[in-house]
Amino acid sequence: MAGKRKGEPSTTEIDMTPMIDMTFQLITFFMFVMNFSEAEQDDRIQLPMSQLAKPVEGPTDTPITLQLTNSGSVIYAGELVALSDIGSYLDREKTVILDAGKEPNAATVIIRADGRSKTGEVQDIVRICQEKGFERFALRAQYDEGR
Amino acid sequence: MAKRESKLSDKIEINMTPMIDVVFQLMSFFMCTLKIVTPEGDFDIRMPLAAAAAAPDDQQVPPVRVKLSAGPDGALAAIVMNGTTVSDFDELRKKVVAIVGTDAGPNSLAEKTELELDCDYALKYSNVVKAISAVSGTVQNGQIIEMIKKIKFTPPKKPGS
Repeated sequence: MAGKRKGEPSTTEIDMTPMIDMTFQLITFFMFVMNFSEAEQDDRIQLPMSQLAKPVEGPTDTPITLQLTNSGSVIYAGELVALSDIGSYLDREKTVILDAGKEPNAATVIIRADGRSKTGEVQDIVRICQEKGFERFALRAQYDEGR
Repeated sequence: MAKRESKLSDKIEINMTPMIDVVFQLMSFFMCTLKIVTPEGDFDIRMPLAAAAAAPDDQQVPPVRVKLSAGPDGALAAIVMNGTTVSDFDELRKKVVAIVGTDAGPNSLAEKTELELDCDYALKYSNVVKAISAVSGTVQNGQIIEMIKKIKFTPPKKPGS
């Protein structure tokens, strides 16, 4: 302990500045990339790719998201439902829409169908929705950024 | 006086611990709530049930009918547009451009023309999206030029029914 005065406390000072700088940078980064959108996405669905899919601008008015899996079942509100059973769920949605003083044709049914699923099943969903009075559909595709 | 001066020149140490605690908490919160969202887009389709029974309009342009047939495994087997076989989606796009032109403004032919998609039940859905992409617009220099907007499906035909 040469050169050290007697009685001085032996504290080691760490320079915190670079760490704090970096941490604040990270916080800023995560704050910017944070997404508040409640977009319903599911890993089980592999959307078909398209360059022309119009990016979703703002929230859709009363959206109903139906996701069709590769195996032909529908994911509705995070639950796996058989295609033939979605009618009763749509009835419930319709009641909610009517209670809110709107018409079912004002709602948009967002169909997120897997690229490998059968077209006929997508059409079946469309038909069931039509029978319940829904007429606006949005076929969702993954935006393909160039060839 | 001398005593006071020496006090002022003393190094003031700020206790960083609470700040670092909070900063790390914030960072872990933002890291945990991070959701990676892939960019998605929509094809808007308006298809009321009674559309088939709608009275024919004088100004109505004849609809373009596109039939997509499926092979045994659901792959695309053939594209037929208004009775003529089309080799691929690029050719389909060219044929649609030949019919409706590239002007998509209000009251244009592209806006009025309706396209009816008739697909086999087992056809893989990605082919339908490709067909819709081919007829609904083209990308030129990063700009989307819109073509047919009115797209509808024929009712589904379940095999064996």
